[in-house]
Amino acid sequence: MRSFLRLLPVLAGVLLLAGLLVDLIPQLIHMGVLGHGRITDMLGADLIGSLATGQPVVSYLLAGELRKSGVDLYSVSAFIVAWVTVGVITLPVEGAALGWRFALWRNLVAFLFAMLIAWLTVTTLGWL
Amino acid sequence: MDSNAPEGTDKRGIPGGWLFLGGMLLLYLVVYALSPQYALGAFAHFLEMTQDILPILLFVFLLLWAFDLVSGIQERLGQLSGEGSGLKGWLLAIGGGILSHGPVYPWYSLLQHLQARGTRPALIAAFLYARSIKLPWLPLMAHYFGLGYMLLLTLWIAVLSIPHGWLVERLTSQKSRPESGCRQFCVAWPRPPSTDRRQRQRQQQGHGHEPR
Repeated sequence: MRSFLRLLPVLAGVLLLAGLLVDLIPQLIHMGVLGHGRITDMLGADLIGSLATGQPVVSYLLAGELRKSGVDLYSVSAFIVAWVTVGVITLPVEGAALGWRFALWRNLVAFLFAMLIAWLTVTTLGWL
Repeated sequence: MDSNAPEGTDKRGIPGGWLFLGGMLLLYLVVYALSPQYALGAFAHFLEMTQDILPILLFVFLLLWAFDLVSGIQERLGQLSGEGSGLKGWLLAIGGGILSHGPVYPWYSLLQHLQARGTRPALIAAFLYARSIKLPWLPLMAHYFGLGYMLLLTLWIAVLSIPHGWLVERLTSQKSRPESGCRQFCVAWPRPPSTDRRQRQRQQQGHGHEPR
């Protein structure tokens, strides 16, 4: 119970930070961060997805926009997966609750797995 | 200092959580001075998100309260997901992750309780990874990207939550290794003989750390 109450200020701080960053993500996409080759695009999309926060449906909408603007499905998939599996913004809460070592490694592994899952999904989709 | 120690356990001074919150409020003041419109918009997002997570936060609070009332539940859950939990533990973590609802923030507190009662880091990581499968949103993903894409992506996330958890556990369980300047990255190298007397005795008794 006490640990729950101790998390509350961190939680409020993270929500304030998330509020500040919500509008920045679409701007980053439109600034031309993507469109420089498959691997670079996957990394860029993974990074933007990691920084983003909010409902998964928002990532689908943005991913749809990316597809329309010519970004390939590998990058779009990395973006969608990173959006829901990596949490840079939630890191302070995760670190406070579960330990910083755990939080940092978990997010780093999730960051790399986002690209792996994107590759596996699009490749296996090609076989069907 | 143990980097795994939860923040805020230090009884001296202002807890880190409050300092972080203070820093964020300060940041809002700076942003407001630069662009009042952006700061107000961000604050509106904050209120929206807070409203979004309040029900689930209340749910987790009640859950923890109930756990505290019924002694033994946390220990039982800890056993079910502890070292010897095997396949049952993985299924519990992945199934629980997929079925868990709402924003992640409130769940951290519950996971923290379970972690303290012996739940494997691998299962906590797998739970958090499997949480990315959002059942209510799957039809919408299928609508945008096709049924095949949605099924494959969901399947790969569920399957890879196991190696993800395993890898995170391997990477985070290096804390008991001796000081050698490469504590986190020299995983495959044999350990030099310990200079610590107590550790040497442990190694002679067969409890030494083997390279993972």
